[in-house]
Amino acid sequence: MNNSLAARRLRRREALTGYAFVMPQLIGFTIFVLIPLVNVFIYSFHNKNMLFGTNIFIGFDNYTKLFTNDSLFWMTLKNTFVFSVLLVPLNLILALLLALYLGDGGFGTRFTRTVIFLPVVTSGVAWAIVWKYLLQSGTAGPVNYFLSLAGIPGPNWLTDKGWAMVSVVINRVLKNLGTNVLIFYGAVMNMPQDVIEAARIDGADSFTLLRRIKLPLLMPTILMVSIVTMIGSMRVFDTIRLMTDGGPEGSTMVLVYYIYHQAFKMFNTGYASAIAVVLFVIVLILTIIQWALRKKVSHYES
Amino acid sequence: MKAKHMKRAAQVLMLIVVAALFVYPFWWMLVNSLNTAAQVFGKPTLLPVAWRFVNYVEIFQVQPFARHLMNSVLVALIGTVGNILVSALSGYGFARIRFPGNNILFILLLTALMMPIEVIIVPLFFQMLQWGFSDSLVPLMLIPIFGAQGAFSAFMFRQFFVTVPLELEEAAKLDGLSTLGTFWHIMLPIAKPVIASGAILAFLAAWNTYLEPLVFTSSIENFTLPLSLNNFNDSYGEPQWNLQMAATTVSVLPIMLVYLFFQEKVTDAMVNSGLK
Repeated sequence: MNNSLAARRLRRREALTGYAFVMPQLIGFTIFVLIPLVNVFIYSFHNKNMLFGTNIFIGFDNYTKLFTNDSLFWMTLKNTFVFSVLLVPLNLILALLLALYLGDGGFGTRFTRTVIFLPVVTSGVAWAIVWKYLLQSGTAGPVNYFLSLAGIPGPNWLTDKGWAMVSVVINRVLKNLGTNVLIFYGAVMNMPQDVIEAARIDGADSFTLLRRIKLPLLMPTILMVSIVTMIGSMRVFDTIRLMTDGGPEGSTMVLVYYIYHQAFKMFNTGYASAIAVVLFVIVLILTIIQWALRKKVSHYES
Repeated sequence: MKAKHMKRAAQVLMLIVVAALFVYPFWWMLVNSLNTAAQVFGKPTLLPVAWRFVNYVEIFQVQPFARHLMNSVLVALIGTVGNILVSALSGYGFARIRFPGNNILFILLLTALMMPIEVIIVPLFFQMLQWGFSDSLVPLMLIPIFGAQGAFSAFMFRQFFVTVPLELEEAAKLDGLSTLGTFWHIMLPIAKPVIASGAILAFLAAWNTYLEPLVFTSSIENFTLPLSLNNFNDSYGEPQWNLQMAATTVSVLPIMLVYLFFQEKVTDAMVNSGLK
């Protein structure tokens, strides 16, 4: 009797100690993640304006306006989609090629591994500012200058409606490529060498080897990386604000840019929150896919 | 023989492309940080034309750049140290101490991993405003501690502490150490690799972030480097492209040197967080 009382007391003490250890993080999490998340939903049902101090409950009006009466929103949604659809395959194909090249361990791989990671540790701001110069129109920018040496007239990368999106996509691909290259490189180095060797002995040429053996082996990683990259692409902001500022004619205006614009330029806090909820739902769906995939992938690995 | 030459040629071509895409932009930045403003848009040269070292003095004169540098260092240091302390504590608590709700609370915390700051920044701005942190560095220091980056560190610490043999703690307890003492003297020292990874990621995130200072600070005294860099454009009438390049160099170079010294460690940390 006494014994179990002592044991209970001990457990109670341990529990209190446990709460004390996790409390700082959980309180901070509540303040910096949980409450703002609840609030973004609440705000989105209000006509809330930072400038005029209005705060009126309006139900779904913000969402109705967003989806039925705001062409700018549809444009940003489309631009975000285009950005992602261009960026993800380009990023993945380049990363995969570079990883396979590094996997061969030939001449210059050490150098490549080092320098492709330089933009990853650099701020997106610095990378965008430098590329804004490199891509200046005419022959003022080095990119067009070198193109002109080859006799190619370079486009107006940042001010032409057709090229601005391409420019920010390229900038973003180069910025983050290093991470994906090294993830793929890890997967390439983990491929069962005996399987590849066996296929080679059976007379498979390098293309067949890639298509029939290596790509299937890498597929789980490819799927995971594409989802993670896609989630990242939904969040693009600094690159666009610094390189094109959403232009020309809104052709590079994306979701986060529009949230920022509505909240901190137009002071339509409630409306901006409704857009943020849309972003949240998109990221949530992608994250659920990612978790489902991870389960499959770990199943596959074991 | 011919095939071998072809292969070597392809490899060299590949290296030229890689260098052009990943090294040249930084080299161009460095070169033009030593030019005059007019030379920035001149014909690209491999070396600076003007060798104008005074650019690196002028960046401190045309705007409070020293202040911006200090702000960035302060935000990144406090954010990093806080991130590690808070998440090591909670990671240990979740891994090793039994209390009701342990698992549920940990899973709840992990939801922070998928929460983009962009989704919650508008209400967070209001909350900070109400608490008197408008135009302040305080939110910039606290977000790396308690936001997604903090949750990721806690996740890494928990995964690490779960694998540590129980005997280690039991021995410490027998020696009379309290739970906190065991954590501080035994567990934290063996978690050095996790501390390093978490610190690298937290520091980079705090140093490089743009949206947060854009939202939470407004007066020029409170700018951090990412805001400062873009402020050489238009604030003094005359364009100061060369100064912008010098300032960008100052902001990028320390990070790059640290990366080159601890390459494996940095890439490992980034790759793991990319796979999270």
